[in-house]
Amino acid sequence: MTGPSSKVSGSQTSGAYATMSLVSFRDVSIDFGQRSILRHFSLDVEVGETLVLLGRSGSGKTTALKTVNAMLFPTTGMVLVEGRATTAWDHIQLRRRIGYVIHDSGLFPHYTVAQNVAVVPRLKQWPAADIEARVANLLQKVGMPVEEFGARYPDELSYGQRQRVGVARALAADPPLLLFDEPFGSLDPVTRLELQRQFIELRQELRKTSIFVTHDVREALFLGTRIAVLLKGSIEFVGPRREFLQASTPEARAFLSCLEPLEYDTEQSLA
Amino acid sequence: MIPNSLLHELVTLTMQHFFLVGVSMLLAASVAIPLGIILSWRSGWRDVALEVVNVVQTVPSLALFGFLIPVPVLGGIGSHTAIIALVLYALLPMLHNTVTGILNVDVAVRDSATALGMTTGERMWQVELPLAAPTILAGVRIATVTTIGTATIAAAIGAGGLGVFIFRGLATVDSVLLLAGAIPAALMAIAADRGLEWVERALSRY
Repeated sequence: MTGPSSKVSGSQTSGAYATMSLVSFRDVSIDFGQRSILRHFSLDVEVGETLVLLGRSGSGKTTALKTVNAMLFPTTGMVLVEGRATTAWDHIQLRRRIGYVIHDSGLFPHYTVAQNVAVVPRLKQWPAADIEARVANLLQKVGMPVEEFGARYPDELSYGQRQRVGVARALAADPPLLLFDEPFGSLDPVTRLELQRQFIELRQELRKTSIFVTHDVREALFLGTRIAVLLKGSIEFVGPRREFLQASTPEARAFLSCLEPLEYDTEQSLA
Repeated sequence: MIPNSLLHELVTLTMQHFFLVGVSMLLAASVAIPLGIILSWRSGWRDVALEVVNVVQTVPSLALFGFLIPVPVLGGIGSHTAIIALVLYALLPMLHNTVTGILNVDVAVRDSATALGMTTGERMWQVELPLAAPTILAGVRIATVTTIGTATIAAAIGAGGLGVFIFRGLATVDSVLLLAGAIPAALMAIAADRGLEWVERALSRY
């Protein structure tokens, strides 16, 4: 009885110390009833990189993301954050160390822009003056100066402005890790490009580690330092941007083919 | 035109009526709102509880007052029996609106509250209850307006209130007495409706 169990815990400890990845998915599988959403998903996220999870709807990318901040737990396998399994973390403390941006911002409608950005620092009981300074600084960074936007409510903002506030809120308590779940998915292409450029600027300035979920191959190539292609809950391909462009796996090729110009009959369209 | 003694009695009965409704609403709210919060977490209990208060609601009010008279301790003749019956009636709209108000909070908002690292309590007090407040208050308003009407029947079991005039007017076929009970009750209902509607709107402005 003691033999095998000590062996298991021994291998887990050595594994945790062997790699100091910020996030480490270890053979993660998730089943919802009969449906398996993730299958033997293994991946390490290193400090400072932007890892993009690229996949179609239903490929399991959002599910994978939600295991990192303990919104979901693996059926089998484990997710390590800073070397510790999410099941072993205090979930509240873990989530306060991870910024989270979702596609429809999830801003609190009854809080002003400034109050929304202040949520996590306030939960962490920062001094009021520090919170105020931090909010002003971050809103400035995302192009929403506090003098102009701080007192507004989310329903008084455009969709793109709400997403900017969502990014500021995620950054508020200076978390080492950020999770993005298709944050720019519903934006018009011009605004999307603005926010993507801003993402890169902020990344250069703040040097955060990010996991970014998208189904947009252009976005993946623009923002990702490394790209993982998901297919039916498994990783089909993972590698740096340059390798992804040369990838030969079918799903990666399918995504890359989206970059080719559409074929249409020029003669006919001119006629 | 209206005799002085009648006017005097009107004031007393109106006060009694106000007391019956006020106490019932306070009791009902202090049961229904916390219970509604608990039920919003427990889908299993929710259907059972809402079904029970639904059934209570279908019992005709005069019959419910009658049923309570023989019940020991809680029942009998007088205002406390009436208050118990009025509380039972007020539970449904308050409970229903509390549960609906909390469950209708946008999933994205609730999820992001969790993902930001709020505890269940922080999420409840800072996000779910403030956003559900207008709906909860609408339940209180519906319950109050209905109870002001139902409370007139409480006079049948000796609880006093404006129903005393109505029952006396019915017995003596005196329409002045009937109106002396009905009109103040109606005015009280309208005032409660307007007042609570104003509070509701103030709350939804955040």
